[in-house]
Amino acid sequence: MNTTPDTLAPQKRLTSDAMSASLAREGQRVTAAPLGHALVELARRDERVVGLSADLAKYTDLHILRDAMPDRFYQVGMAEQALLGMAAGLAMEGFVPFASTYSVFATRRAYDFLCLDIAEADLNVNMVCALPGLTTGYGPSHQATEDVAILRGMPNLTIVDPCDAVDIEQAVPQLAAHDGPTYTRILRGKVPRVLDEYDYTFELGKAKMIRDGAEVLLISTGLMTERALEAARELEADKVDVAVLHVPTLKPLDEDTILRELARDRLVLTCENHTIIGGLFDAVAHAAIRDGIFRQITPIGLPDEFLDAGALPTLNDRYGVSTAKIVEKIKDLLHPRRTERVD
Amino acid sequence: MPETTEPDPVETERLQRLKEAAFRIRTNALVQAEVQGQGYIGQALDIADVLAVLYADQLNLRPEDPEWEGRDRCLLSIGHYAIALYAALAEARFFPLEELQTYATDDSRLPMSAMASYTPGVEISGGSLGHGLTIANGVALGLKRKSNPAFVYNILSDGELNEGSTWEAAAVAAHHRLDNLIAIVDFNDQQADGKSSQMLGMDPVEAKFESFGWIARRVDGNDITAVLTALEELRSLEAGRPRCLIADTKLGKGVDFLEDREKLHFMSVAPEEWTMAHDRLKETSQS
Ligand SMILES: Cc1ncc(C[n+]2csc(CCOP(=O)(O)OP(=O)(O)O)c2C)c(N)n1
Ligand SMILES: [Mg+2]
Repeated sequence: MNTTPDTLAPQKRLTSDAMSASLAREGQRVTAAPLGHALVELARRDERVVGLSADLAKYTDLHILRDAMPDRFYQVGMAEQALLGMAAGLAMEGFVPFASTYSVFATRRAYDFLCLDIAEADLNVNMVCALPGLTTGYGPSHQATEDVAILRGMPNLTIVDPCDAVDIEQAVPQLAAHDGPTYTRILRGKVPRVLDEYDYTFELGKAKMIRDGAEVLLISTGLMTERALEAARELEADKVDVAVLHVPTLKPLDEDTILRELARDRLVLTCENHTIIGGLFDAVAHAAIRDGIFRQITPIGLPDEFLDAGALPTLNDRYGVSTAKIVEKIKDLLHPRRTERVD
Repeated sequence: MPETTEPDPVETERLQRLKEAAFRIRTNALVQAEVQGQGYIGQALDIADVLAVLYADQLNLRPEDPEWEGRDRCLLSIGHYAIALYAALAEARFFPLEELQTYATDDSRLPMSAMASYTPGVEISGGSLGHGLTIANGVALGLKRKSNPAFVYNILSDGELNEGSTWEAAAVAAHHRLDNLIAIVDFNDQQADGKSSQMLGMDPVEAKFESFGWIARRVDGNDITAVLTALEELRSLEAGRPRCLIADTKLGKGVDFLEDREKLHFMSVAPEEWTMAHDRLKETSQS
């Protein structure tokens, strides 16, 4: 960015835009529109698959399907209730709809349709929703900070929070194959590729250890897994050994894997792109307590607040979900432990 | 009767004043978009004439006291049109012109999506579309209960006509005879995924509103005289019915090369084009 002061031309500043923001950093390995391309591939193999959007095809990557296979795509207009009702009807007739809008609108505006027409009827409708958690600086209207909290109480619904393009590509056919409703927190546009550096495959319903570590356990979901891995690498330089357990399926939760990892004596944190109420932290704590594991678990996530509008890097730091803030938090927590041990 | 064909000098002066206000609102919008290098500039340019008629003529406001009880309430349900509303509020001196430079930057009072808690003169928080008319009903009813003669205006988009909530609100307004309510639809034939008519055809919109019990008018929303005449008429009717103005507008209006550009919800403008945009706007406004 040009920082020379110029009194005539206004300085371009960081933007809080909702419609075009991309999450990828410059120079990062990315895949464009992984959801859209995975859907085209799936639709070519499975003629039951159709795409629907409520005036947000272009902003949820469904435009890739729309343009490649126009007869497999339906534009509903900006009418989210009609979108989910129609998806239910299509599923009743044996089709496998992928319906897209932003997370906030699927969960807040169309909740009743999702709950009764789709989840109660246990239909194979797949909601693929963009802008989960804090992925736009546009303000509370677009920041789906509580979508998982809203949805976790809904019976029958599978909830997926992918980390990257690898997760999204591998999840799409599994969502269609799963005979029941799913809700996926989609990352759109240029989406980072992170998990192919590890020995990893996405399996619906499974948590996976991405890297093991003896001292700290980060139980992480969604895009926070990328930051958790970055934090782990940074801490490695300080000789802190950090494990990262990726939990892309939030419901049903892979309690077996999580409880097994919790049993080892490590500092434990959860990382989620969501309010710390009603998301991964609650789900993990719930499983631990029920199993009789009484261990301190520290949540990293968004505060119980309506977030500010602003540029994402500013907001990620402000709310403690940037890589730097994760590292800082872990160091703070470790410090007393290490002094104890050294003494 | 030769005098009646002579233009009324008072009216001529009033229209001239509104044209100048519209020009400054467009300029204010360009200034904000330039700061960001982007923004909903196409929409700001299309709605500027309507906003000029409202903020420089029709609305009864006290900019120094944004919450004055006697004010007309103007509710913008289209949050992303914030850039246009800020341009009009700055023109009406709700805040200093220089503040426009902070549009959509961190800790600014002018976020990219309009929110009531951030900005003086902004009545409701937008962003999630299809809320405005439902809130306007409550405000209109509340004013009636208080015997407050102020009017409620709701500016909504053609996209918002897709939402069921808008039509629920339309039925409620007519049922409760909310004749202190004027809805203005910015019909720019644009939505996020393409032309409104191709997303979800809503025409004939006037007939829809009328069948819901409203009085509806449809005008060229970039013709200041037509907008002024229609809004004045709608406010003066005593019919016990809510009123609606459908304003057909042109995305990018006033900057010819933007008017001709491919129509997009989020129009991109190259860095070197901003100066040109200011120049073209000046030239068009003088002709
Ligand atoms: C309830 C809701 N659904 C979807 C969106 C995402 N969205 C933002 S603007 C937009 C287009 C709506 O049409 P309109 O306001 O006419 O768009 P414009 O004329 O500005 O292009 C959409 C779908 C939203 N903000 N709110
Ligand atoms: Mg429009």
